[in-house]
Amino acid sequence: MSSTFLGMPAAPPRSPYGTGNLRGERKFPAAAHDELRDEQLRRNLGKATRTIRGKRLDVTAELPDWERLRDAGSAIKTDTMNRLPELLQELERKVTEHGGTVHWARDGVEANEIVTRLVQETGSDEVIKVKSMATQEIGLNEHLTSRGITAYETDLAELIVQLADDKPSHILVPAIHRNREEIREIFRAAIPGVDPELDSVPAHLAAAARAYLREKFMTTQVAVSGANFGIAETGTLSVVESEGNGRMCLTLPRTLITVMGIEKVLPRYQDLEVFLQLLPRSSTGERMNPYTSMWTGVTPGDGPQEFHLVLLDNGRTAALADEVGRDALNCIRCSACLNVCPVYERAGGHAYGSTYPGPIGAVLTPQLAGMHAAKDDPNSSLPYASTLCGACFDACPVKIDIPSLLVELRHQHTEQSGTTAEKLAMKAAAQVMKRPRLYTAAQKAAGAGRVVAGRDGRISHLPPPFAGWTDSRDIPAPPKQTFRAWLASAEGAAELRAAAEEGARKPGHDGEQVGPGRNGTHVSPGRDAEQVGPGRDGTHVSPGHDGEHVSPGRDDEDGDQG
Amino acid sequence: MTARETVLGRVRDALALAPRPEVTVPREYRTGRTLPDGERLALFVDRLTDYRAQVHTCTADRAAEVIADVLRERGARKVGVPAGLDRGLLAGYDGEVREDDSNIPAPRLDELDGVVTGSAVSCAETGTIFLDGSADQGRRALSLVPDLHVCVVDLSSVAAGVPEAVARLVPERPTTLISGPSATSDIELERVEGVHGPRTLDVVIRTDV
Ligand code: SF4
Repeated sequence: MSSTFLGMPAAPPRSPYGTGNLRGERKFPAAAHDELRDEQLRRNLGKATRTIRGKRLDVTAELPDWERLRDAGSAIKTDTMNRLPELLQELERKVTEHGGTVHWARDGVEANEIVTRLVQETGSDEVIKVKSMATQEIGLNEHLTSRGITAYETDLAELIVQLADDKPSHILVPAIHRNREEIREIFRAAIPGVDPELDSVPAHLAAAARAYLREKFMTTQVAVSGANFGIAETGTLSVVESEGNGRMCLTLPRTLITVMGIEKVLPRYQDLEVFLQLLPRSSTGERMNPYTSMWTGVTPGDGPQEFHLVLLDNGRTAALADEVGRDALNCIRCSACLNVCPVYERAGGHAYGSTYPGPIGAVLTPQLAGMHAAKDDPNSSLPYASTLCGACFDACPVKIDIPSLLVELRHQHTEQSGTTAEKLAMKAAAQVMKRPRLYTAAQKAAGAGRVVAGRDGRISHLPPPFAGWTDSRDIPAPPKQTFRAWLASAEGAAELRAAAEEGARKPGHDGEQVGPGRNGTHVSPGRDAEQVGPGRDGTHVSPGHDGEHVSPGRDDEDGDQG
Repeated sequence: MTARETVLGRVRDALALAPRPEVTVPREYRTGRTLPDGERLALFVDRLTDYRAQVHTCTADRAAEVIADVLRERGARKVGVPAGLDRGLLAGYDGEVREDDSNIPAPRLDELDGVVTGSAVSCAETGTIFLDGSADQGRRALSLVPDLHVCVVDLSSVAAGVPEAVARLVPERPTTLISGPSATSDIELERVEGVHGPRTLDVVIRTDV
């Protein structure tokens, strides 16, 4: 099995340029600029991310073994990637044994063709769909439409997005950029036979969607879903959801077609005990989501009698070939990193131009689809759509070190591109860029500094080589620094380089206080660095500030709660 | 080359191009927990209530009475039951009881006012009920299409935490995890109960079974 290639292994290809939904039309700063002017969007997003953040912190804090679950989750995913060839074949074998059919797709175009053919073979010209990032990524709905097949999104938010001919803006709550008034207008315009008197009470809007979709659930013969997990050991697929539309789609039609990225496989059924704890608590901040469905092939007399699993590459193997970038494949799409990201909160999901927004999108999108220097690719701007504050790393249930990945991608981007102003700026930061672990470690130390600080909020110094970080420094971080200014980040990069060099040069140097900059964007020792805690505008989320850090004792008792 | 060979070849190439980090999975998290009956019950009820499920606890000899009360209160005149459900559970109910059969088209289940089923396993810590399609639970459509689900849970089947519950499952069975009634927060994050799944979930816990 290990001898399929002769000689040198070839670098796997990215998702083909110009296909699917892994690339926006404009670079991030330009796209974000417009979104920033949208007050409604910012208010909605701010409220959403704050709310979910709070709930997540509550339910993760209540598990004494949360950190140990994260360690297990992270290791299971790394182990999965190490053994991907055998696990995929095992999954295939088990699904087949239980009456399912497995298909392989090199890229989104191929997956779209497979699904289209499978739908056509059933004789149906419509499908019901469960919210699925993979099918969004490959543009399945658009493709089906072009072949005369109507796809009905059944998740409420996805339905809103679809009826408005819009794009999702959040992994978990894709229509978060819409308020209730807008949703009422969308329903009144697009749902056939809807009550013209429909008001904007969320329960009434949900009831209208229920009535509209009920008939589709009862009559449509084909469903298309994604999958949260696929268990190699048993061939069991799983979908995690809230509304029951997933159960409807996975249960009522005759034929079920599931499109799953190859990285979603898990080795053992037992691994669910970890992910069924990590995912809901990180995602919606619930102890458990209302519904999770698990099925293995076909069960006579219960559910779809025809089951197809489409295993999708579409750039995943290219990401896997990148020693640093492959960690992005460990993502379980909980969206916790979005909800803690100061950049996402301001810019919104659309600015990323990809199915995958936020911190994870900024690393996963370029990994899957590449950053084509010659084409002035909008994706090349994504690794810069971050302040590298590290909040995403701390929130991530599988401990993906997103800041390090971003720094690595910035490095790759500057390597690829020609000599531009950007390149020169980045070259200046090469020292840091080449040592992402050092840089992140420095950040973590800075974050930890706030935690270890005494009552008066002061810490005396950090150990070398980070001592330079704790020096009093003059940072050009004016109070009203604009989004675009810090986004451009050349300044920040130079600052980082200087700090890292100093840190390495001056071991043992006593320093002062560290904290986020005044506007909560730069994580660097600021002029007003006496202050410990969030930036002055109160929006900055950083390690430690909202209680995410494990306090001593939380993780070392085995007792049950309650 | 088939797509299968190509994708598997790419995966192997990728792993050859970048070294695989050594890893052993640390399973230091809590497993194998047990809790005394009283604590397990209290925890489970607390979590179910938090999801706004309706909870009724009783001893086995009173279960039929409790179920009849619930169905009457909900105005359910026509309820479905899986073929393997102990019919004694409906002894106190005076409405129409229809036994499910996989030949009945799922849309016809919409005619039912509610459904009464058993359950396979539950998890106290998360307030989750696991159905696995056994004879007392029936096919998945049965507990999905009707708007009211009355679910009977035996305290002995309630595990303390998620690992303890997952360990009791049979992987190959079609399994549904239910944690409260269906809900959405898609509109301005305001929680709305009852979208597509049953809008009402009544859990009858038999404390001495
Ligand atoms: S990167 Fe981590 S935090 Fe972000 S969506 Fe993925 S699993 Fe969740």
